[in-house]
Amino acid sequence: MAVFGGRRREDNPALPPGQHLTESFPVLSAGPTPSMDTADWEFFIHTETGKTHRWNWGQFLALPSADITVDIHCVTSWSKLGTSWRGVSLDTLFAEVETGFDFVMAHSYGGYTTNLPLEEILDGKAWIAYEYEGAELDPEHGGPARLLVPHLYFWKSAKWVRGLTMQREDNPGFWEEYGYNLHGDPWREERYS
Amino acid sequence: MTSPSAGWLTGSLTRAHPLTTSARSITFTVPSWPGNDAGQHVDVRLTSPDGYQAVRSYSIASAGPGEMIELAIDRLPDGEVSPFLVNDLELGDTVELRGPLGGWFVWRPDQPQPVQLIAGGSGVVPFIAMTRAHASAGNSVPMQLLYSLRTPEDAFFRDELSQLAATVRTTWHYTSIVPPGWSRSAGRLTAKDLQRETLPPEKTPLTYICGSTGFVETVSRALTSLGHAPDAIRTERFGGT
Amino acid sequence: MDHLDGNVLAGPITGFFDFEPTTAQGQCQSCADIAALGQAMVYGQPMGFVARCGNCDNVLIVIVERAGQKSLNMRGLRWLRVADPVEQNRI
Ligand SMILES: Cc1cc2nc3c(=O)[nH]c(=O)nc-3n(C[C@H](O)[C@H](O)[C@H](O)COP(=O)(O)OP(=O)(O)OC[C@H]3O[C@@H](n4cnc5c(N)ncnc54)[C@H](O)[C@@H]3O)c2cc1C
Repeated sequence: MAVFGGRRREDNPALPPGQHLTESFPVLSAGPTPSMDTADWEFFIHTETGKTHRWNWGQFLALPSADITVDIHCVTSWSKLGTSWRGVSLDTLFAEVETGFDFVMAHSYGGYTTNLPLEEILDGKAWIAYEYEGAELDPEHGGPARLLVPHLYFWKSAKWVRGLTMQREDNPGFWEEYGYNLHGDPWREERYS
Repeated sequence: MTSPSAGWLTGSLTRAHPLTTSARSITFTVPSWPGNDAGQHVDVRLTSPDGYQAVRSYSIASAGPGEMIELAIDRLPDGEVSPFLVNDLELGDTVELRGPLGGWFVWRPDQPQPVQLIAGGSGVVPFIAMTRAHASAGNSVPMQLLYSLRTPEDAFFRDELSQLAATVRTTWHYTSIVPPGWSRSAGRLTAKDLQRETLPPEKTPLTYICGSTGFVETVSRALTSLGHAPDAIRTERFGGT
Repeated sequence: MDHLDGNVLAGPITGFFDFEPTTAQGQCQSCADIAALGQAMVYGQPMGFVARCGNCDNVLIVIVERAGQKSLNMRGLRWLRVADPVEQNRI
């Protein structure tokens, strides 16, 4: 009798529970890939005072950037180790932002949203990434730029990100509204709410 | 026919044979299977000993009443489920099945319109069911198939399609290698190929397209540009690019 | 007239959910396009099934299945029209 193993879930200390390794880079998206010209691209942070901080592509690229090598974990159970990115730290983008709210909603071109606690994206934990493995970020992986929050499940790393809106409560984003976890820590296997 | 069963049925593998070097026909006996229309699919669920489950959809190559259903699976090199179904599953082994599913991408013998089928690779599977249903109903509605595949070795059910040629003509199109002496060169299906090889809008056909998502995208866009009404085109995307 | 209890929905709703979903007609909340569900564009697997309007990309239906539970959200549909099972379930 043939026994189905599924993708092997390995005993590897780098892998959170229930995850398996992949060499490829699977594509998962809740909608079509938006075609985005960097000439029209803009990133914003909108706060409760009504103030909106904006960066166009040129201003964004002029910000100090960092090379980042991290492991990423998708809730659909694949993990990819040692991925390398280039991006702008959210600490840099938040340097001038004043807010009393503790949560953000990330918004993407195409309408996708995902919610995050502010403290999960500051202190060197999150970036707006625009290069992957030394090349510009492919549209199917979120180019021109995506959020990168590698310590949470990868649906939090919104592709085609266009801005963050501060929110008082941790209101759910797209997948969170349909039962995925508000927080999404892979090490605690926070897949569903 | 009864409505689709909400739960999962158990099917045991009763027949299997290779279709190509990477594909296999697998026939399951499914007690209480209600029969199925041509073009419907099933969800196949596999469970590993530790409880992990994977579900994939597969078109049914067979049609009509009876408790046997035939699937035809192409093995994807890095796939989780298809290599297991093609290489590992043995006669007598069981899988869980949910179906028959779908009522949109089906063909029924009482449909009046001429039918154009356009397949890319394993996308031919639901059309095998349709050509079989057409033949067994002795149907006189015109039906023809345009089958795009990488190389001559990749053909599923070539003999069966050849035998049906008098009632359902198959036009073969090769994208990467052509057989010796073939009059056309290899290449992707273009709007020109489609114009030459498929029923034109004037014949008011119902056109079915099935294959990888990329294939279906390209062909459906080309057909719309040739003047086919979007409502006269039915698509089934298998995934992939 | 006095209202009834939700119990009375048992019959009509059970009848309603006993239908072939892919041929059911629905109207998009956003662009008013009317199409069969089989014509929607489905994204999001394997996290879930996100069915979008083929005309305007509006999200029509989201289904998330997980062990022991499934959820269905149809906010993007103005209505869904279903043929009675006898009409369509034939071989
Ligand atoms: C309605 C329906 C009917 C289908 N009928 C058939 C059928 O009759 N015969 C058949 O062989 N398959 C059919 N498929 C495809 C099938 O469901 C699986 O997607 C396929 O077998 C791959 O599963 P896997 O677990 O082996 O690969 P996965 O582990 O799911 O994927 C492995 C890799 O292949 C890519 N990939 C996934 N699907 C495809 C694809 N179809 N083509 C190319 N690349 C892909 C993935 O992105 C991934 O990178 C059908 C799909 C649908 C939706």
